[in-house]
Amino acid sequence: MKNRVEVLIGTKKGAFILESDAARDDWRVRGPFCETWPIHHVVRAPDGALHAAGGNTWYGPSVWRSDDDGESWTQSSAGLTYGDDGPKITTIWNLTPGLNGTLYAGVEPAGLFRSDDRGQTWSHVSGLREHPSMPEWQPGNGGLCLHSIVPHPTDSDRMWVGISAVGAFETTDGGKTWDLRNKGVRADFDPNPDPEFGQCVHKMGLHPANPEMLFQQNHCGVYRSEDGGRQWTEITGSLPSDFGFPLAIHPHDPSTLYVIPMTAPDKGRHMIGGHSAVWRSRDRGDSWQRLDNGLPKNDAYLGVLREAMATDSMDRPGIYFGTSTGQVFASADEGDSWQLAADFLPPIWSVEASVAD
Amino acid sequence: MATVHLPRSLVTLFVDPPPRRLELQAATLEEIVARLDEGWPGMRDRLLEAGPRIREHINVFVDGERERNLATRIPSEAQVHIIPAVAGG
Repeated sequence: MKNRVEVLIGTKKGAFILESDAARDDWRVRGPFCETWPIHHVVRAPDGALHAAGGNTWYGPSVWRSDDDGESWTQSSAGLTYGDDGPKITTIWNLTPGLNGTLYAGVEPAGLFRSDDRGQTWSHVSGLREHPSMPEWQPGNGGLCLHSIVPHPTDSDRMWVGISAVGAFETTDGGKTWDLRNKGVRADFDPNPDPEFGQCVHKMGLHPANPEMLFQQNHCGVYRSEDGGRQWTEITGSLPSDFGFPLAIHPHDPSTLYVIPMTAPDKGRHMIGGHSAVWRSRDRGDSWQRLDNGLPKNDAYLGVLREAMATDSMDRPGIYFGTSTGQVFASADEGDSWQLAADFLPPIWSVEASVAD
Repeated sequence: MATVHLPRSLVTLFVDPPPRRLELQAATLEEIVARLDEGWPGMRDRLLEAGPRIREHINVFVDGERERNLATRIPSEAQVHIIPAVAGG
């Protein structure tokens, strides 16, 4: 019986949890958690633990864990280092549970770490930074961040990652070696018309029922790959902008995805014309539909960052997004209608949803 | 014994938090960090970054003098203050 839905919020000043019953029309806010640290991402692992990650200006990066639904937290960054001779890790952008209890962390400057003991200690998946392109990786405006971690749903040796202003990579040997996966993706800001890397992926994902089909929202358009990222096809189509940050995939339908187009990078990166909307495709990105029922349509210059849209796993799934001005909008009907679930939170960096009994 | 003063924002990061003021036997700043980490595992990671160096926005004062060098000698009876830099926003 699915009777409780929670939305896990990472903000500039702490983690928060929104809770509702299955109707998802009355939300209660709990928090702030994690000592009001800047929290880039909060996830619930399959074992039930909550993990939150970020980086504090004074005390550095750390991963927090709660085994009691947020009542108490511990934190650790043991092993989250490139060594005393390496660059300083400033923050953690993404946490993603993998197979067999593994937890992955994407950090800045870009790199991948894994924990096999529920976030107590971490080890560097060093093969990624051994890629020959690494000396030429350059940070974008948001930093040199590894933000998308996309494990294959059944093969623990396969995984994709996305690094801003570098692009997508795939490993097929458990992280020992990595291959670039950027063919077909524009990099309009690069004088080279067809670079091997340097594409600015903003968010990448797949549906576990069809793991060869990847989607990404990029700095320069929305893309689909049907061969595990070897070749990408642009699906920006009728979207009002090729720019946006988040991308979410319907939990039960691999053909349905959501994006939030925003004004161009030099035009504010907010909702176009102050008219907020989520766009949905039911056909793998071949066509798009604007969803704005219940969203503010006037003077709403909202920004939504890469990690700040998510779906829950209810039979009719909910869609959620959080804004840089502290609002959380929720839809209990796949995006057909929306309501304001929370307001006045700190600037929101991430949104995840989970369902419990 | 040196007297070490810890900031609230640091001690609250630990489940069994250290007192805000404690006495430690240590010859250098590095040893103070090591003693703290023995008592509260993970403390070193909060105070030091790659190098190892004292984190950029953590200030350490030994008898009123700001010190950045982990090899700094700690006089007996020293007063050591660990203070996060002030910040806006």
